[in-house]
Amino acid sequence: MTESHTARATTLAEKVWDAHVVRSAAGEPDLLYIDLHLLHEVTSPQAFDGLRLAGRRVRRPDLTIATEDHNTPTDNLLTIADPVSRTQIETLRRNCAEFGVKLHPLGDPEQGVVHVMGPQQGLTQPGTTIVCGDSHTSTHGAFGALAFGIGTSEVEHVLATQTLPQAKPKQMAVNFAGELQPGVTAKDLILALIAQVGTGGGRGHVVEYRGPVVEALSMEGRMTISNMSIEWGAKAGLIAPDETTYAWLKGRRFAPQGDDWDAAVEYWRTLRTDEDAVFDSEVTVDVSTVTPFVTWGTNPGQGAPLSASVPDPESFVDEGERSAAQRALAYMGLTPGQRLRDVAVDVVFVGSCTNGRLEDLRAAAAVLKGRRVAPSVRMLVVPGSAAVRAAAEAEGLDQIFTGAGAEWRFAGCSMCLGMNPDTLKPGQRSASTSNRNFEGRQGKGGRTHLVSPPVAAATAVAGRLAAPADLD
Amino acid sequence: MEKFTTHTGTAVPLRRSNVDTDQIIPAVYLKRVTRTGFEDGLFAAWREDPAFVLNDPAYAGATILVAGPEFGTGSSREHAVWALRDWGFRVVIAPRFGDIFRGNSLKQGLLTIELPIPAVERLWALSEGDSRAPVTVDLTAREVRAAGATWDFALDDFTRYRLMEGLDDIGLTLLHAGAIAAFEASRPRFAPAVA
Repeated sequence: MTESHTARATTLAEKVWDAHVVRSAAGEPDLLYIDLHLLHEVTSPQAFDGLRLAGRRVRRPDLTIATEDHNTPTDNLLTIADPVSRTQIETLRRNCAEFGVKLHPLGDPEQGVVHVMGPQQGLTQPGTTIVCGDSHTSTHGAFGALAFGIGTSEVEHVLATQTLPQAKPKQMAVNFAGELQPGVTAKDLILALIAQVGTGGGRGHVVEYRGPVVEALSMEGRMTISNMSIEWGAKAGLIAPDETTYAWLKGRRFAPQGDDWDAAVEYWRTLRTDEDAVFDSEVTVDVSTVTPFVTWGTNPGQGAPLSASVPDPESFVDEGERSAAQRALAYMGLTPGQRLRDVAVDVVFVGSCTNGRLEDLRAAAAVLKGRRVAPSVRMLVVPGSAAVRAAAEAEGLDQIFTGAGAEWRFAGCSMCLGMNPDTLKPGQRSASTSNRNFEGRQGKGGRTHLVSPPVAAATAVAGRLAAPADLD
Repeated sequence: MEKFTTHTGTAVPLRRSNVDTDQIIPAVYLKRVTRTGFEDGLFAAWREDPAFVLNDPAYAGATILVAGPEFGTGSSREHAVWALRDWGFRVVIAPRFGDIFRGNSLKQGLLTIELPIPAVERLWALSEGDSRAPVTVDLTAREVRAAGATWDFALDDFTRYRLMEGLDDIGLTLLHAGAIAAFEASRPRFAPAVA
C-alpha cells in the first residue's frame, strides 16, 4: 500500500492492485497482500482444519476478524435450536479462540452480517484489499477498496500467508448517466443495470461505478450497488472515495486517528482513475428512465420496472434466455402478461448485506409510518447488525415497525438465504430487499422478488407488489 | 490435490443455463464443518424430480458434467465444488462459468473447461444419444475429444502446471515468505488493524 508512481494512466482498481503486489513474475498470477480478512462460520471451518493439519498458524490475527451471521436466529440471542447450525457456530468460536482471532459472537454489540460489521467499525477503508469467504464481499468496494469473495481454499491461503495469488482482472467502467427520477433508489439502479447486462455481463472484470448519480449517493446507497456487483458476475465493484466517504469514516472505532487520519486522507485523495486511463470495456446506464424495479424470475438479471408486466418468454430472441424464462415463470407461478403490480405476496423481508443498514430501515419506516401491514402479509425487519438495531431503536424506528404490524428482529443474514430458521415455505412468495432470487434461495420452493426497501414496505401495506406512490 | 493430466469418462447433459451455486448445493447443506461427504446435497432440489438427468441410471458413473452458460454463478461456497467432486465429477464443461466458482474448482482439481455453445450442443447431443459415449479431456494438449471431434480449450499455463502437478497453493506461496515480510514492513501506519 505504499504510494506507487507509474507512468501509465491507471484506474482506481489498478492503483489499489499495484499498491498490494508482493511479488510479480511472468506467467504467474500476482501475489497480492490482503489488508483485511473477514470471517464467518460457514466458509471458515474447513480452512482452519487445513491449518491444523499442516501445523500452520494464522499469520496476521490483527488483520483478521470474525462474526456470526448466516446460521444465527433472529428471534432471540441465546438459543440456536438446530444442532448442526449450533455446531458450526461453536466450531467458529473454538477456532477463533485457538488461533487468536477476534470474534463478534451472537449477543455482542458489534455482531452482525459480516459486510455490515466491517464498515460500521471503520475497518473498511479506501485503497485497502479486503477478502471474505462470501461473494458479497464486493460490498466494501463502495469505499474504494478492492474487495472480493473467495472460496474456502483461498480463506485457508489468506489465513496462512495474508496473501492471495490473483490473475489481474480486466477493467470495466459503469457510467450511470442522466438525472434520477424521484423515488428511485440505489437498489433500483443496480437491478436495472443487471437486467441490462445480464448475470454474466461483468465476468472477469473489476468494475468502477461512476457518474454524478453515484457521487450523490450516501455510503449506504453505494454499498447497495457494490454489494450486487457479483450478481452480474463482476469480481469487485469500486466507487472512488470522496468527502462522503471520509465523513462517514471519521471517528469510527478503527478509522485512523490524529496525524494518521490526515496522512490517510492525503493518500485516499490519490485514489481516483486517471483522466486518460483506459477501461477494457464500458457500460452506460441511462438512469433518467429508471423507475422502481423488481425481479420476476429466478436470477437477478430477470427484472423489470414495477410498472411493467411479466414478460412472455417467446419475446426473448436468444433460445437460452427463452428457456430460462419459461423455467423461471413455471417456478415463480407467474403468467406472461400478468401485471407485476397484481402479484400478491405472503412475506416481506427487509434486511441483508444489501439493504440492512440504518438508512434502509429509515426508508422502509418512512413508508410504514401511520400505515398497517396487510393482514395477509408477514413482514420481517432484520437489522444488518446489532449496532444498526440499537441505532434504529434510538430513533424509534422499531416502534414504527411493530406499530405497523411488522416483526422487529435481531441482526443476521436471516431470510436472505435458507440457512437459519427464517425461511419461506414451499410456494410462498416474498418481496425481499436481499440480493438473490435463485430457486429455493429463501427456503425450498420459495419464490423471491427482489425489491428496494421503500418498495418492500409499500408491498407489505398493499399486500401486492407496490411502490410508495401507489399507496396515496 | 489429485493430479490431472488426461481423463476419459462419460458425460451428463445438463441443458440449463444460469446454474447458480444455490442450485448446485442449497444452503441447508452448508452447515457442516467437514470437507467431504457433500454428494447428498448436489442438485438436491432438482434431484427430487425423477425426470432430472442425474436420476437417470443411464448416466450412473459419469464423470463429466456438460452444462449451459453461466454455470456456478452466485455464492462463493466452495461446497459446490466439493459436492460435484464427491459425486464423482472430474470435469465440468460449459460455455461460461462464474469467476469464484471457477477459481474454487481449479484449486480443488475439478477441471472447469469453457467450450463455445456449438461444442456444448454437440456434446449434449452425443451423450443424449449414447449415455456411454466416451469423452476425453486432455489437459496436456488442452483438448476435449469425443466422437471423432476435437475442441481446443484455453487454460493459463500456470494453472495447468499446478493441476498437472497437483500442487498446493499455500506451499508455493510460502516459498516467498521473505517477500511477504518485506511488504509488511512497508505498509503505512494508517492501514487498518483490529488489534
